[in-house]
Amino acid sequence: MQKRYRQTPLNPFNPFHNFMKKQIYLDHAATTATDPRVVKKMLPYFTKEFGNPSALYGAGRRGLEAISKARKIVARILNALPIEIIFTGSGTESDNLAIFGVARANKNFGKHIITTKIEHQAVLESCVALKKEGFLITYLDVDENGLVAPEQVKKAIRSETILVSIMYANNEVGTIEPIAEIGKMIQKYNQTERIGKNRVLFHTDACQAAGALDLDVNRLHVDLLTFNGSKIYGTKGIGVLYKKRDVKIEPIIFGGGQEFNLRSGTENVPEIVGLAKALEIAQKEKDKENKRLIALRQYFWKKINNKITKLKLNGHPKLRLPNNLNFSILDIEGEAILLYLDEMGVQASTGSACASQTLEPSHVLLAMGLPYEFAHGSLRLTLGRETTKSDLDYVIKVLPPIVEKLRELSPVRLEMKNLKERTHPEYKKHK
Amino acid sequence: MDENFDGITQSGAPWYYSDIVKEHFFNPKNFMRAGEDENFQADGVGQVGSPACGDEMFIWIKVDKQNDKIKECRWRTFGCGSAIASTSVMSVMVTENNGMKIEEALKIKPQDIMERLGGLPARKVHCSVLGDKALFAAINDYFHKSGQHNRVITEGNRLIDPILKITDKDIEQAVLDGARTLEDVQKKLKVGVGNPEILPAIEELIRFYKEKYF
Repeated sequence: MQKRYRQTPLNPFNPFHNFMKKQIYLDHAATTATDPRVVKKMLPYFTKEFGNPSALYGAGRRGLEAISKARKIVARILNALPIEIIFTGSGTESDNLAIFGVARANKNFGKHIITTKIEHQAVLESCVALKKEGFLITYLDVDENGLVAPEQVKKAIRSETILVSIMYANNEVGTIEPIAEIGKMIQKYNQTERIGKNRVLFHTDACQAAGALDLDVNRLHVDLLTFNGSKIYGTKGIGVLYKKRDVKIEPIIFGGGQEFNLRSGTENVPEIVGLAKALEIAQKEKDKENKRLIALRQYFWKKINNKITKLKLNGHPKLRLPNNLNFSILDIEGEAILLYLDEMGVQASTGSACASQTLEPSHVLLAMGLPYEFAHGSLRLTLGRETTKSDLDYVIKVLPPIVEKLRELSPVRLEMKNLKERTHPEYKKHK
Repeated sequence: MDENFDGITQSGAPWYYSDIVKEHFFNPKNFMRAGEDENFQADGVGQVGSPACGDEMFIWIKVDKQNDKIKECRWRTFGCGSAIASTSVMSVMVTENNGMKIEEALKIKPQDIMERLGGLPARKVHCSVLGDKALFAAINDYFHKSGQHNRVITEGNRLIDPILKITDKDIEQAVLDGARTLEDVQKKLKVGVGNPEILPAIEELIRFYKEKYF
């Protein structure tokens, strides 16, 4: 990570105003920097081997070979067949292809889809659009830690259910869903209730999980799995949809018939090559990296709790992504915290309404039953490969005075016990 | 297409905070420091919004009664950068040059505050510029407390929810019918559903009518 130093006149009110400013990036759940090893692998395909993989001449064939090699690498890591790997333009596109693709290809069997209230917008908005096509969507609740239980899924399945789509790990609070258990349960249901009929298909959005968790589709018992390059130190603009061979889906983009006729458009050779490399590195290094990130996170959480009162951890205390820390700081608002942090060179994220385009607080935090006041004061720090202990020490130093100052400006004095007592008005748009 | 279209935002409005906003956000003026309010002899106090909506504001004013001018304007705000900055800049506007006449202060509109701030991102305007409403409440409180009942301003027929065509009178009626909270009023009127930026105004009205009648 490149550290930028700049000096701007800062608030003389702050005790740290004359510090040299570092830039500390703690928003890896939003996107990651591209690993230089990935960039190196991609470079020849921009200027030298730029041929269209559909072409017959050498440059085209070499492009096709590069894609084929990348496809094999991804397939091996997912314990899948190369023919089951479809390259797309993003995680969002993969989610769309999975959901629209399955829905439209299977609508004669039924029009019921099950998902959760905490999915990424790529899934939620696809479901909203499908509702207009006459599909019925069940949004499963989550518990206070953001978990969905396999039993809930089982109860929601009906004879007309065609698809279940549940994220592997949540992007905001990092909670890891029991995908393998849910997959096994669906499999068992299919084997007993759907003999000789279409089966219930299971899709998981693994965008946040791809760099940290096991992606073996057989162990996960999934029929479709989505991930992308921009969260695993690959590049933006590349996604993958794993689709089990016997699953029928309809394309959502039409044209030259690339990617087994499921995703037309000239293949993005450099990014496909880059994504395979990025996945390879991430999966190879994940055990060691996960351990390091968990230790760093624990260190930070302990230290910051000693310095700031009234903090609430959001998400599951254990079943969460190693790099994710999401917590609410009571009595102050998230966007204000972010602006002060940015001024101190720290880049983070919040679930506050004020920082969102829709002016609604995080749907994930609300689904977990968090009162609005707590959601507005939420802060998400997501660590990454270049995050060091000294980076976190810096945040431990600058965050408490920011909180102290904003609390002084604030008329609100909440208590932790308010968490259970407060209810919130239902002003979310109904989906 | 709008000639101001900058390719960054769809509206062509500024996409981020101006330097004046930043100045007031990082160096807020006239805010009520911790513990100070206990000994602050305010002539009027006003409150607007709620933390549930994302913004809450308190305003304390002292009035120069002889000249009918605002002498001091202090505040506390829970909210984002623009909420904090807009309250701060408003407190400066009403107290500079020996204070603003009460009649003038009552005329302050969100647009005036925005202008002074050098603009705000479009989506921030409705929800975060609440200072004028809190000031309005504080001035009304001053009228009450000082016995100037003839000067108390009661709200006329004001359109609150432009989508559902709900006015303050409807909300008044809902409060008279027993609604006491935002949830109650929403159950009755569905006001603000899918339109959260008007919620602070609704809460303010509920509080206003509760105090008026109960």
